[in-house]
Amino acid sequence: MLGLTPEQLQFLLQGTGWTLLLSLMGFVGGTVIGLPVALARSAKSRWLRRISSLYVQFVQGVPLPVIMFVVYFGVSIYGFSVSALVAAAIAMTLYSSAYLGEIWKGCLMAVPKTQREAAECLALSAPQQFIYVILPQALRIAIPPTVGFLVQIVKNSSYSVVIGFFDLTYSAKVLNNATFTPFAIFTIAAALYFAICFPLSLFACRFERKLARSAA
Amino acid sequence: MAYTFDFSFIGSFSAEIWSGIRLTIWLTLLTILPGFALGTACAVARMNGPRWLRWIVTGYIEGIRNTPLVIQVFWLFFGLAVLGARIGPFPAAVIALVINTGAYSAEIMRAGFQSIPKGELEAGECLALSRWQMFWSIQLPQAAERVYPALISQFILMMLATSIMSQISVEELTGVGYQIQSITFRGFDVYVVIALVYLALATGLRLLLHFVARGSFPRLRRLGTPL
Repeated sequence: MLGLTPEQLQFLLQGTGWTLLLSLMGFVGGTVIGLPVALARSAKSRWLRRISSLYVQFVQGVPLPVIMFVVYFGVSIYGFSVSALVAAAIAMTLYSSAYLGEIWKGCLMAVPKTQREAAECLALSAPQQFIYVILPQALRIAIPPTVGFLVQIVKNSSYSVVIGFFDLTYSAKVLNNATFTPFAIFTIAAALYFAICFPLSLFACRFERKLARSAA
Repeated sequence: MAYTFDFSFIGSFSAEIWSGIRLTIWLTLLTILPGFALGTACAVARMNGPRWLRWIVTGYIEGIRNTPLVIQVFWLFFGLAVLGARIGPFPAAVIALVINTGAYSAEIMRAGFQSIPKGELEAGECLALSRWQMFWSIQLPQAAERVYPALISQFILMMLATSIMSQISVEELTGVGYQIQSITFRGFDVYVVIALVYLALATGLRLLLHFVARGSFPRLRRLGTPL
């Protein structure tokens, strides 16, 4: 394909596998930390709101490559020699937890206040209100922006190239250094990213329209 | 285990750090206006253009939004060089950023244009305004006024994204950090400082853009809408 041998193509596909793995780790980690962030951002306690908002602002104000470097060098000063995968996964977790926390906070707030009031009238306890009334409705609203952010995660996992993680971008770079056919290689790499991201974008867009129709 | 920070590199490498900061700021400032203009043009083309143009613009927007910036930069810098279009690293970085930002701001501006009530355009027609006048004095200011918070966030994301340009040897702030850590071997200290600088830059840019928005949309000030 485009002058690449099957072995070279396989090399790129291998990188794609690592990209997918890193994205998955970033998303799972981001969910685990992002949920508490979202809850803290919409909590009643002012201190929780303030601390979580500081966290979000801090992470959102620093470029992902720099977060990668900080984690990569930061973990190793404590004597652990970390692989680039672990460092990249931690960095992706930090990064996506801030954005997912912010997205989900918006979804929690988007559930009309009257729903909570109605739940209170039914004498549900606070956790019951959250689990049976707020969460199911917030989850529905959250699907399109979350899938949309998944696209960002896949794309931005490419920044792990700065710490030398062997993802799709890095393998394309290495392959280019060996063969010097950059046009073909980067076109194929772009096509591979597109093949992962575009279906996700399409799904997010469709689902959003469906939600809008059912709300109308 | 105790770790002692050593920030003495800030003094000995201040010239390098400043040049990195300057380059990051230049990349950002040179990209914002052309990126916004390209995005606006694409938004208009996607809504009102002939069918073939709509197809091209949609392809451009979706293609850019679904591939990473790093790959776009590599493609532009290395890929096109082989095909004969040789461009320097700095112009390549700016072009890549403009193309990238254009696609994102196109979608934001489209949302802005679509939020304008039809009655406003009909009113413009009744006043015998030309299409260009309607666009310039009714559609553009109102669309920008409505979506400027999203645009500001997009431009800040773009400023942060310039950090990848050291990959094509444009030695902006992140690249300078890498050089310093390869001399001092204090990667953690260096990048903590770099992170704080980016934080300050992001805050500064946000303030600056809010200031510009307040100046360009006087209605916001009059109605007392919070920033």
